[in-house]
Amino acid sequence: MIKNIVNLGDASIYCDFGNEVNKKTNSHVIKYFKILQVKKIKGIINITPSYNKLIVTFNLNQINFKDLKKKILNLKIDYTEKPITKKIKIPICCDNEYALDIERLKNKLNMTKKEIITLFLNKTYYCYMTGFIAGMPFLGDINKSIRLNRLETPRVKVPQGSVGLTEQFCNIYTFESPGGWNIVGRTPSKIFDPSNLNTPNLISPGDEVIFYEINKIKYLKFNE
Amino acid sequence: MSKDYFLVIRGGVNSTFQDFGRENLYHIGIPFSGAMDKRNYLIANKLAGNLTTDAVIEFAFQGPCLKYFGNKRNIVVTGNVNFKVIKEDYSEIQVKNYKTIEIDNGDVIDILNTKNSVYGYLSSNGGFDINEVWGSYSTTTRAFVGPNGGKKLTENQKIFLKKSEKFSNRLLIYSDTKIEFIRVIEGTNFNYFSEESIKNFFSKDYFVTNLADRMGMRLEGQKLKNLKNTNIRSEGLVKGTIQVPADGNPIILLSDHGTIGGYPKLGVVISADYDRLVQIPPGSKIRFEKVKLKDAENLYKLYNMETNNILNKIL
Repeated sequence: MIKNIVNLGDASIYCDFGNEVNKKTNSHVIKYFKILQVKKIKGIINITPSYNKLIVTFNLNQINFKDLKKKILNLKIDYTEKPITKKIKIPICCDNEYALDIERLKNKLNMTKKEIITLFLNKTYYCYMTGFIAGMPFLGDINKSIRLNRLETPRVKVPQGSVGLTEQFCNIYTFESPGGWNIVGRTPSKIFDPSNLNTPNLISPGDEVIFYEINKIKYLKFNE
Repeated sequence: MSKDYFLVIRGGVNSTFQDFGRENLYHIGIPFSGAMDKRNYLIANKLAGNLTTDAVIEFAFQGPCLKYFGNKRNIVVTGNVNFKVIKEDYSEIQVKNYKTIEIDNGDVIDILNTKNSVYGYLSSNGGFDINEVWGSYSTTTRAFVGPNGGKKLTENQKIFLKKSEKFSNRLLIYSDTKIEFIRVIEGTNFNYFSEESIKNFFSKDYFVTNLADRMGMRLEGQKLKNLKNTNIRSEGLVKGTIQVPADGNPIILLSDHGTIGGYPKLGVVISADYDRLVQIPPGSKIRFEKVKLKDAENLYKLYNMETNNILNKIL
């Protein structure tokens, strides 16, 4: 349910679904996102779902805040209908060469590497949103006992494919990028492929993700 | 197709193909991109006799140096740009922006720099022979999306051109208007900031730092004090958003911005002032003025009308 709807600048609408970040709130955001994608209301040029917000950007020559707000509030949403989502398996190599923050995780969580990795792998994750950098999935929720804040000083370069943890979430760096998440391993999978013109992003909001461990030899051979 | 092409002798600082921008990809993390200064982009295409939706080469600060191979054709440069054409016998022709010029086989177009501004545009009659990616000619270098492999122009590459048509030279008497204030609408976290900080933001000078590119513009000035929370849950972003991280220095997000972020949003620059905002070079001061949504909508209509009047003057 939309709790509040305001303008963000003169060419975007900000829909607030409440303060809670959980699967239920997010599934409502995604409902609106998918309906708006299908409806193709004239003037809408971008729709960005996140944990508990939906931002709709429009062409100010074609529609304005007042009219679009009305249209969004008038959308009929069927909350019982199950969304079409995918289940995706992602390989991850947790060799120390790729698990850049394993020492920090071990110290802060007071656990062994094996305990941390086991807890991490032993869960199906839900994709709340994708973005920040192209195709980056924000997945959750990770086991309570392996939750940790961001690094105090973010890395200038996190290697492509790195899998990071922060608070209740994990993500995958689809490109080399600056970042402060705790890196537990690296995937050889192409999570975002700009040359794939139909579906460049492997994981979409609402999808489910399972990680499975591969060793370094398999990791290195994965793309051969 | 023609075999005419430019050989890139120098790529310049940040030279990319751009057009209106790429829609409907924010949700997978791809920004809108597109020409930073839409007005100068539109003028470039109109002067060159192209469709308003055709691709141009956008450059920042120092532009590219291009050697031309092919039949005579017309090109035009817009923006406040210092450039010259060097003939094969090394004679130089002084050329002006907003005026089409005819180039010949062997000519070198050297785009030296943009003056008191940031972005300039090069358009060529007939257009560039490049492919659309997801419905747009825009380049997003960070995600390698767009023509030219999603990359900047680099030395020694060739840029092929479509066949040009018979063409008469065109000229526009125009220079960008300066505005005294960049106008801003309250953001969704406006009330996170102290009253004094808000007062400072809308009355004191802020300066554009060297950390300014197509992604964003970092400013320096009176630091903004956040009384509530320096981080919010990550959520969608839009161009023109003024976000303030914990250090209190505002950052304005521009066309290639990250699509999701977790810094509080103090405000959003109005659409009418965006073209002029992006042209403010590092070291310059900016002053902000707060306006209401209704005013912003009207100002945008006015700005658009003005742009259309300029385009209609080009025959």
